[in-house]
Amino acid sequence: MTKVVPASRHRTLHAGWHWGWITPPVLFVALIVGAAIGETAIPVSTVLQVLGNKLLGLGYPVDRIDAGIIWEYRLSRAVVAACCGAGLALSGVVLQALLRNALADPYLLGISAGASTGAVAVTVAGVGAGAVTLSAGAFAGAALAFVMVAALAHAAGGGTGMRAAGVIVLAGIAGSQLFNALTAFIVAKSANAEQARGIMFWLMGNLSGVRWDDVVVAIPAVALAVLTCLWHVRALDAFTFGSDSAASLGVAVRRVQVILIGIAALVTAAMVSMVGSIGFVGLVIPHAMRFVVGVRHGRLVPASALAGAVFLIISDVISRILVPGQVLPIGVITALVGAPAFALILIRGRTTR
Amino acid sequence: MSLSCQSLGWSVRRQPIVQDITLDVQPGETLGLIGANGSGKSTLLKMLAGIRAPTAGRLTLDGRDLASYPQRQIAQRIAFVEQQAETGDRITVRDAVELGRTPWLSALRPWSDTDETIVARATAAVEMQGFEARQWATLSGGERQRVHIARALAQEPQILLLDEPTNHLDIHHQLSILSLVARLPVTSIVALHDLNQAMECDRLALLQRGRLVTLGPPEEVLTCERLAESFAVRASILTDPADGACVLRFHKPT
Ligand SMILES: Nc1ncnc2c1ncn2[C@@H]1O[C@H](COP(=O)(O)OP(=O)(O)OP(=O)(O)O)[C@@H](O)[C@H]1O
Ligand SMILES: [Mg+2]
Repeated sequence: MTKVVPASRHRTLHAGWHWGWITPPVLFVALIVGAAIGETAIPVSTVLQVLGNKLLGLGYPVDRIDAGIIWEYRLSRAVVAACCGAGLALSGVVLQALLRNALADPYLLGISAGASTGAVAVTVAGVGAGAVTLSAGAFAGAALAFVMVAALAHAAGGGTGMRAAGVIVLAGIAGSQLFNALTAFIVAKSANAEQARGIMFWLMGNLSGVRWDDVVVAIPAVALAVLTCLWHVRALDAFTFGSDSAASLGVAVRRVQVILIGIAALVTAAMVSMVGSIGFVGLVIPHAMRFVVGVRHGRLVPASALAGAVFLIISDVISRILVPGQVLPIGVITALVGAPAFALILIRGRTTR
Repeated sequence: MSLSCQSLGWSVRRQPIVQDITLDVQPGETLGLIGANGSGKSTLLKMLAGIRAPTAGRLTLDGRDLASYPQRQIAQRIAFVEQQAETGDRITVRDAVELGRTPWLSALRPWSDTDETIVARATAAVEMQGFEARQWATLSGGERQRVHIARALAQEPQILLLDEPTNHLDIHHQLSILSLVARLPVTSIVALHDLNQAMECDRLALLQRGRLVTLGPPEEVLTCERLAESFAVRASILTDPADGACVLRFHKPT
């Protein structure tokens, strides 16, 4: 038997280990950029000095207002943007892999629509009488929506095999429509004009209200998602030929589906409860990364998390500076920047195939 | 490694699809599963592979209930090639064969040179070397089938379950896959439609409407009467003058 191992093979084999080196500097640079650029540009050196003061207790003399903008406003915002981007992209990776459907993303499966309904029910309709937090309401809504979509898909002869993919998409569309209608109903019935405008802005994605309190929720949620996905990369790969094939490769299909889809719902709900429904990231970042690093999850999971994080930080920066004096909903930017970028990748992917 | 079932059955919506199968697979043998379309071959194989839970009877691996094994341990012992399994993912041949190592790997037991060697050997066994970097979508039906078999070989199973492995294969590759299976020091259960190929198995199990009608050496199972009953064909059994082997010839029922 001949053993042919091309040299490039060894390089890609260990690619998984390199993400530990690439991710921190890339994320760090993106966060600094996110903190430096805005309506008033602040020099990078000032940003670094503020960071040094806050994190390492160095006593650089920095303007109090600049320090406040950077630390209280922009940095917390950039960190949450990064967490949202990574979390939504990973949810997309997981759902696309497990449901064997290229169109699966958190929104298609009703998770985001449900989260919005839950959040609106708490903030506008007053469900829970103040005892339930926005995040809890959003998570409950997301869980309820996903359970309903899954139950509908199951009742309609679903399952998780390839032939069931279409059924699940249809169930997801039905669920999303239902929960979007509920959201609109609650808003129309209970919200005053001021609240309604605030909610509409929030539903398209809005990072303005983000503070360090939110970071405390976002980082654990996304860390949990990243670690769970990394732990399950081989299981995700095993679904390539469907769930029966995954089972015959030794994957405990039910358990993996419950854990991973549960985490995807949890992360999406956490993110939507903080910043509203930011579109595009969960669907397109995983596809874009498949073109760049391939379909194997050992590379796809870290690449998607990193790309999602950087993409949202940059989108947030653009949303703040595109129209002077006005902040656009970030969902508008993710679609405006993402769609052409994705088109380019698609075209390039075709010619190099 | 012995696999055996007693009164095994599977039904859906009270409709029995497979019923009352009692079977002891001998270690090392090649057992052929034959039967008309819809007779329950694939359903039985899925139960034996541990991916479909029986609704009746008992299924044991080395004397222990198969359902009591973790899925991973089953996959380290039993590999299964489905009748058809497709993907829209842009995976390469090598990616597909590497999937066979899944049950042996974990976060604590990463990919190693041993796995590399096993994957290369499995790819070579189905004569797919040189195709490693090819995209799945560009493969022909027979090439895909051979990659699936290589994936199963890379699992290094003691029991190999193949559902119509010669489907899509040209005659050369049909014979080479079957002789490979016969040569491998593993127990194999193979669903087959070509009865002349079934003749090469150690034993044959003939299924008819979900029931096991006979189990035994090919010459005892493949009689003209049974073929007429199970497959609704008239068969004549000829002898190849070259080596005295039996050859089946089929005619439309009169
Ligand atoms: N999930 C299911 N629901 C309803 N009927 C089913 C189901 N699975 C299998 N069947 C039926 O059970 C019978 C046996 O199916 P199976 O796939 O085991 O047949 P087979 O012997 O492999 O046939 P073939 O030679 O065509 O591959 C068929 O009639 C099929 O329609
Ligand atoms: Mg079959």
